[in-house]
Amino acid sequence: MEQNLAIEMESISKIFGDLKANDNVNLSVRQGEVHALLGENGAGKSTLMNMLAGIYTPDSGVIKINGKEARFASPKDSIAMGIGMIHQHFKLVDVMTAKENIIIGRKQSFFVKGKALSKSIKELSDRYGLDVDPDKKVYDMSVGEKQTLEIIKVLYRGAKILIMDEPTAVLTPQEINKLFRVIRNMKQQGCSIVIITHKLNEVMEISDRVTVLRKGKSVGTVVTKDVKVPALIELMVGRKIDLSIERKTFDRKKTLLKVDEVTVTDKDGKEALSGVSFDLSSHEILGVAGVAGSGQKELCEVIAGLARATGGRIYFEDENILGRSPRDIIKMGIRMGFIPEDRLGMGLVGGMDIVHNIVLKDYQNQPGILLKRGPCVEKAKKIVEELDIQTPSIYTPVKKLSGGNVQKVLLGREIDSSPKVLITAYAVRGLDIGASYKIYDLLSEQKEKGVGILFVGEDLDVLLELCDRVMVLCHGRVTGIVDSDKVTKEDIGLLMTGEEKEEVGA
Amino acid sequence: MDFIRITKRSDLPRSKEIIITILAVAMSIVFAGIILAVFGLNPFEIFREIIMGSVGTEMRIKQTIVKAVPLIITSMGIIVAFKMKFWNIGAEGQITMGALGAAWVAINLHGTLPQPALLLLMMAAAAICGGIWAFIPAVFKAKLGTNETIFTLMLNYVAIKFVTYLQYGPWRDPGAKGFPRIETFSQDAVLPSLGGVHTGWIIAVLATVFVYFFMKSTKLGYEIAVVGESIETARYAGMNISKIIIAAMLISGGLCGITGMIQASAVEKTLVYGIANNYGFTAIITAWLSKLKAGYALLVCVAFAMLMQGGDYIQIAMGVSSTVSDIVQGLILFFILGSEFFLRYKVHLGRAVEKEVA
Amino acid sequence: MTEFLAACVVAGTPLAFATVGELITEKSGNMNLGVEGMMLMGAVMGFLAGLSTSSPVIAVCAAAAAGAGGALFYGILTVSLKANQVVCGLTLTIFGTGFAKFVGEPLMGSSAPSEITGFFGKIAIPLLGDIPVIGPVFFRQDMFVYLSYIICVLAAVYMYKTRIGLNLKALGENTAAADASGVNVTLYKYAHILIGGALCGLGGAYLSLVRMPIWQEDIVNGRGWIAVALVIFVGWNPIKGFFGAALFGGLSILGLRLQAMGFNVSQYLVDMIPYIATILIVIFSTYKKKKESQPPADLSNNYFREER
Repeated sequence: MEQNLAIEMESISKIFGDLKANDNVNLSVRQGEVHALLGENGAGKSTLMNMLAGIYTPDSGVIKINGKEARFASPKDSIAMGIGMIHQHFKLVDVMTAKENIIIGRKQSFFVKGKALSKSIKELSDRYGLDVDPDKKVYDMSVGEKQTLEIIKVLYRGAKILIMDEPTAVLTPQEINKLFRVIRNMKQQGCSIVIITHKLNEVMEISDRVTVLRKGKSVGTVVTKDVKVPALIELMVGRKIDLSIERKTFDRKKTLLKVDEVTVTDKDGKEALSGVSFDLSSHEILGVAGVAGSGQKELCEVIAGLARATGGRIYFEDENILGRSPRDIIKMGIRMGFIPEDRLGMGLVGGMDIVHNIVLKDYQNQPGILLKRGPCVEKAKKIVEELDIQTPSIYTPVKKLSGGNVQKVLLGREIDSSPKVLITAYAVRGLDIGASYKIYDLLSEQKEKGVGILFVGEDLDVLLELCDRVMVLCHGRVTGIVDSDKVTKEDIGLLMTGEEKEEVGA
Repeated sequence: MDFIRITKRSDLPRSKEIIITILAVAMSIVFAGIILAVFGLNPFEIFREIIMGSVGTEMRIKQTIVKAVPLIITSMGIIVAFKMKFWNIGAEGQITMGALGAAWVAINLHGTLPQPALLLLMMAAAAICGGIWAFIPAVFKAKLGTNETIFTLMLNYVAIKFVTYLQYGPWRDPGAKGFPRIETFSQDAVLPSLGGVHTGWIIAVLATVFVYFFMKSTKLGYEIAVVGESIETARYAGMNISKIIIAAMLISGGLCGITGMIQASAVEKTLVYGIANNYGFTAIITAWLSKLKAGYALLVCVAFAMLMQGGDYIQIAMGVSSTVSDIVQGLILFFILGSEFFLRYKVHLGRAVEKEVA
Repeated sequence: MTEFLAACVVAGTPLAFATVGELITEKSGNMNLGVEGMMLMGAVMGFLAGLSTSSPVIAVCAAAAAGAGGALFYGILTVSLKANQVVCGLTLTIFGTGFAKFVGEPLMGSSAPSEITGFFGKIAIPLLGDIPVIGPVFFRQDMFVYLSYIICVLAAVYMYKTRIGLNLKALGENTAAADASGVNVTLYKYAHILIGGALCGLGGAYLSLVRMPIWQEDIVNGRGWIAVALVIFVGWNPIKGFFGAALFGGLSILGLRLQAMGFNVSQYLVDMIPYIATILIVIFSTYKKKKESQPPADLSNNYFREER
């Protein structure tokens, strides 16, 4: 049974500097199928698809669209071939309305015709069961709305081949279901869809076939219904691995951190956190779940002294640290580690080497005006060895290291100060499976030592496995603190949207 | 379609870096030569005379040093600010205000103090005035996040117009036979010479050494570098960012102010509104070309001073406008700025070679 | 009073050209600090062409070409070679200043031919010129001033009403998004940098051909920098740009007027007002966060498609 192929990519290679992002990759996608592109972080999935979208140019290899060889000098050429890509980081212009975003780069009438445009957008979105307000500005939109807009934008261009890069990463389980309905809808209308993901259950649910990439190479294409999850994992990781996390429970806990009715307003004057209260004990990992932007960032930062609260109290053991700056907290002798979400933008200085990044935590306590590096050189050596950090030397700028090693430098530095409380935000984002599990192990080890850990995560399966309790945030409010053993993913999903149900799909 | 492809380089060996830079300078000279030829001038002769004019005799070398001094000190000031990614393009105004401070001391206190004390006081006043001129935008940047580029730029003109006002108004020297000028400094307010050149050169060397060690070995220097890389990281590490921005800008503006003092004291021997003479802008470029490294900046500034001095020389010697050197200078800049592209990116010509497996 | 307002419009005209020019450039995501240099290049080439051909049209075209030529240097460096925009703009100013001095040295003191000064004499527009107050202020001016009206209005229509204008806005706000949507980034950037440069050149030519038609070296005298500031002052709006230019133009002649009226004010102190006003605007714009009058979000960021 030979079906027509929408996409054929043959022996595609792409090198960035020293990194072979794609090495002789092959991919073929049939017309009218949903094709999953599965692989770990850094396996080269996005690189491959960016070449299809005309963003990157392959170093070698052939791309055929509907059987004809295609060369893309720019995204424009790719659009002209009926390809539309929805990038992981949305490519939308914030200060423009939905409809303006839709027509960027289109060749039509010289003047912008607003009304006719709104009408055609309405028709289009009705056909696919999408919903967007053409006159709403992007900066007023939720993540879900932005994604809907991206989909409409691509469809408006008449795309028959849709590429979605990690579309579910920022959605709740309920929103994911809605998205999958739309995808099936598009498939029925004859579109071919490539969906990039590293989540196996999604592959099983939505795709017809799946191609697996590993370390820049394509390792196989299989029909989804003929394959089981463990086999896919083995293809993806290259070996059998045990994806379970051992969780020990401890008694004799004592409360380390007590957050009481904390409220934080963001710079637009909206409440990012409203009256958040919880406790964190020693020997405990408390997970934090929630849709992206539900206040996780503010929560971490307010505890670390980086965000200003408008109300509430935070007790570290018995001292109220709310309103204290990070330096005050250091000076008070409070041992708290913080692994922020944006590692190179906040936790580390990308352009500086490992030693100077270790100096960052250390230099404040040095006397005098001169900088002493000596002790930090020793520490750097120790951390590199203990955490098995892959680096040419301790004098390599950290931004040149891979994501996993960057995270190890950061975590190593924070653990080195033997903290009592450790706050981690998306600690495994962008890391491959091996590195992720290494991080989970390190955290569990810290927990065993008595550290209380606040673990902000996005993968609900991991949250439930790793954490003792999970707190769910929604629009800055705590909608529940639950025992991991007593709930399911779906329960958490409901809590993630729980309160604001009437707004969904608005 | 894709005959030219561009990819990012990972790292380039130092030797290649130097070759590309030299190539860029060479190309700019060829290009400048063509332009000169178009205007009917003999490029070979002009280039020879520019070099001879800048280092040909002891006298000319001294002249070149005099021109290098303000560039060097100002570049050092700019390096401190730029390391923090604080785009201080207000050196011109900071120089002018520094000169103003020095002039006030020179005019009002000369004769009351021994010369070294007077000169030191002038220098302190200059550093303070230049520092204040940088402090104002720094405070707004630190406390409100106000964009410093336009702010510092505008302050240049406020300073220059203010000095113009003084020169034509309240400070005008009635003894200058109707010329709108401020009175000449008395001899004790003029920097003495050492080795045939005013002692500003010593200050320039000291400034270079100071900035080198400051950025490399002090806590504040480290903090400035961290703030420049990422304000968020600085906050995370518990740094007092406002304090760092303000301290760095006081140093930056202070150094620029000292330039103003040297120019007023040793070169003009009075205050004029054009005292900064575009050194503040040129120094931005020298600082940038030296990749914000104090040691390189010293060399780049000397090279620029040679061009300026050579330009002045050909005007006298050949009757060719000194502005020729401005054009050559501009072209060299264009080429070097452009050449940095080839340090960071690789250009592939022709279609990518496809591996044919037979 | 109407006479003073009319003089404001005249004094604002070179600023209006340069402001709209820089504004269009910045909308494409490029901040070109070479305005002063491009104005000087336009002024000197316009003057030279006018002097040698006596043709006002050729003079104006030469000025625009010279400004665009300067901008081309900047464009090659920043768009194709991805060099730092601030430094390249400053370099262009240094280069343009040197260029104008070099070309202008033999012209020093010569005056523009009477064909040109005649051509750019005041012309009253029928009907419109007879409206009280507005007539004498706006419609009894020279051709060059009328051209500035047309350009400001055209720029506004172009930016706010056309599809190309929409693409331009997208480019300045989020270059990667515009690129992914099929906007030709390189073409758009070059086109708008060149148009911007040409307009700056025209601004310079107004000074050397009409305003003070005798060649002098410091003819532009910092107006380029005021234009850079005006762009912020008017929140990237070309219509406001016109009035902002007239306002700042008025400030530049206010001192002399006040002196003529018997007030003892130094022109040099009055000269400081536009700069101080700009500083105040910059400070206030940090406060009010109206999204529409903020700088293009991708301003000053060079774009490399394969950036990771």
